Amino acid sequence: MACSATAKFIQPPTISFRSSAEISDSFSSLGSTSSLPNKKLFSVSNNKKKNAIISPLSRRSATVVAVSSHVVKEEKKLNSTSSSSARTLLLTKEEGLELYQDMVLGRAFEDMCAQMYYRGKMFGFVHLYNGQEAVSTGFIKLLKKEDCVVSTYRDHVHALSKGVPARQVMSELFGKTTGCCRGQGGSMHMFSKEHNVLGGFAFIGEGIPVATGAAFTSKYKREVLKEDCDEVTLAFFGDGTCNNGQFFECLNMAALWKLPVVFVVENNLWAIGMSHLRATSDPQIWKKGPAFGMPGVHVDGMDVLKVREVAQEAIARARRGEGPSLIECETYRFRGHSLADPDELRDPAEKAHYATRDPITALKKYIIENNLASEAELKGIEKKIDEEVEEAVEFADASPVPGRSQLLENVFADPRGFGIGPDGKYRCEDPKFTQGTAQV
Amino acid sequence: MLGILRRKLACNGNSAAPMTVRDALNSALDEEMSADPKVFLMGEEVGEYQGAYKISKGLLDKYGPERVVDTPITEAGFAGIGVGAAYYGLRPVIEFMTFNFSMQAIDHIINSAAKSNYMSAGQISVPIVFRGPNGAAAGVGAQHSQCYAAWYGACPGLKVLAPYSSEDARGLLKAAIRDPDPVVFLENELLYGESFPISAEALDSSFCLPIGKAKIERIGKDVTITAFSKMVGYALQAADILAKDGISAEVINLRSIRPLDRSTINASVRKTNRLVTLEEGFPQHGVGAEICATVLEDSFEYLDAPVERIAGADVPMPYAANLERMAVPQVDDIVRAAKRTCHRTSALAATA
Repeated sequence: MACSATAKFIQPPTISFRSSAEISDSFSSLGSTSSLPNKKLFSVSNNKKKNAIISPLSRRSATVVAVSSHVVKEEKKLNSTSSSSARTLLLTKEEGLELYQDMVLGRAFEDMCAQMYYRGKMFGFVHLYNGQEAVSTGFIKLLKKEDCVVSTYRDHVHALSKGVPARQVMSELFGKTTGCCRGQGGSMHMFSKEHNVLGGFAFIGEGIPVATGAAFTSKYKREVLKEDCDEVTLAFFGDGTCNNGQFFECLNMAALWKLPVVFVVENNLWAIGMSHLRATSDPQIWKKGPAFGMPGVHVDGMDVLKVREVAQEAIARARRGEGPSLIECETYRFRGHSLADPDELRDPAEKAHYATRDPITALKKYIIENNLASEAELKGIEKKIDEEVEEAVEFADASPVPGRSQLLENVFADPRGFGIGPDGKYRCEDPKFTQGTAQV
Repeated sequence: MLGILRRKLACNGNSAAPMTVRDALNSALDEEMSADPKVFLMGEEVGEYQGAYKISKGLLDKYGPERVVDTPITEAGFAGIGVGAAYYGLRPVIEFMTFNFSMQAIDHIINSAAKSNYMSAGQISVPIVFRGPNGAAAGVGAQHSQCYAAWYGACPGLKVLAPYSSEDARGLLKAAIRDPDPVVFLENELLYGESFPISAEALDSSFCLPIGKAKIERIGKDVTITAFSKMVGYALQAADILAKDGISAEVINLRSIRPLDRSTINASVRKTNRLVTLEEGFPQHGVGAEICATVLEDSFEYLDAPVERIAGADVPMPYAANLERMAVPQVDDIVRAAKRTCHRTSALAATA
């Protein structure tokens, strides 16, 4: 059982790297066929190194380490030959700095969250995103403001990448009234109507139908309401979610109705302490896309440029009205599942390995090697971000906690939902109603 | 009061021909979809099959498949899609073939619909309606017969409605679709085919009933009977029988389970001093339990007898017809309960 799982899992690196033109070909050719079990859509090396990478299965980390290191090696080889020029063309200086800044913000923010949590300023469930920044930055920085993002409980960085100010997210985490949800949502429920962040869901799999629904609205606006609408929705979720029924229900309906949604799997190989390989009959999640009639693509989620390339094509495909895509980003979380997780089950060798593939370090190296910016400029960005995060903490600290009256607010958009009081009038019409009496 | 008004209208001959609940729901959906292009209907068999219970008959032809969407059998998926569509600006009406199937989607009804306006501090409102038949039908067995009024009625952020007559059906469904919050709309399969007189006012396309107001179907002075959905009909029949024995029963059609119209219920109990709560669902933690609690809290001194709670039997619904009859409240149960409340008091009360 485990052996066969590993063998299948190892195969992806044999796929060859193509230029961006070829990538878009793979996406578009898939649009016309409905079942492509064998097509490798995103490739890493031209040489079919079928056997070079297969190592004996030793449960979790070793196999994974083997796969990913070869991915990286092949990348670097190609970089030095033909693709480096192709790659530099993919990124201007402004874009490079924007990506760098966004990833550094994500990292600095999450590190600050950990500090604040251990100091007691933050409480409850906090799930940090360290290590996965390439996925959030790679995808979300390509979106317009009107496009939507739906996430899970690991949503701080998705909200930040989408444009929610750091101070609002920090205040929300502190439970203050200046938070993006006035302290009523918390770490796992980041919502922003202005930036179209539609949550923040604690139940895994819950965000997938919601994202599919937002995509349904985009399509409906275009086709029924005849508005000029090409908005796309991104659904972010993890490897564990891919075993959940709602995931499959939505893959089916999104492909059936050609909804403008991109399903982004942040495969960090672990649920809490449950390894992806122990939980999944076929661990190659990208394969589940073609089974439902959409492209399934596997990408190195620790490399923001690769993620961005794949994201560009997937988002463009959705905007053109060609339907959904399933993108599996192989990534890793440097910290435990949540701040309450002692993280004892993961192999230190695995963690060390992925630490060498830190997406921020990788991008920094790329920017400097390709002379897009100087080290000093990057340091300047880091400093600026540090100040921004510090300022966010100060702002959150100084903000007031919600007033007592806020308890009963926002339960309904139409507060007559609180019903009629003993005096025969709607309760919400009584000015004393929200002043904090317990009798609701 | 509304009961009197209704009778007056009937006397004046202002009411139009009787209308079935099915037609009432269909006309309400039709009018709301026509008035607002953002309203759409989604569910199993709602389109080409014209609705599993024919509630959406004719709507596919009129509005097309983008607005009357047949779904695969994926309650969690399509309820969630409805919620997401509502987050982003549309006004979905999600049909569950019966509310028993809503249990597959209950996470979305509660966690992503009901709680979202609160979690987002008012940024994301969810103008969605979840509707479908609720409660026991005839001989459909345990997994198709549960009443969900109490479960959904417990959740903050939801509005829960239970129409009885055609007028209720029209007015409450239109109100639900126009409401900016998530509404759980509990219909009843056995009522779909029943005809009720309907006033010209109720047939108007702008007709709407307020959410949170109960209706006094029959004015009385000896005992208050609260009921919703199909049980209202049973209560009215029981009231007729009780009248022959000199007991004047006041029948309250709750219409709205959440918010519960506590003020009407309490006012009635203060008048009659006796209460019988009636529901089809399971007794523990039921709607009747909540009504008892609220009356004890607000009108304790007015009660002349302990409250009688009539509910479905505390068993999964049996299949055999005779057992099923025993598992659901019948008219004699109501009559007996009402009499019990009356005879437990002192002799004087009976004459009041």
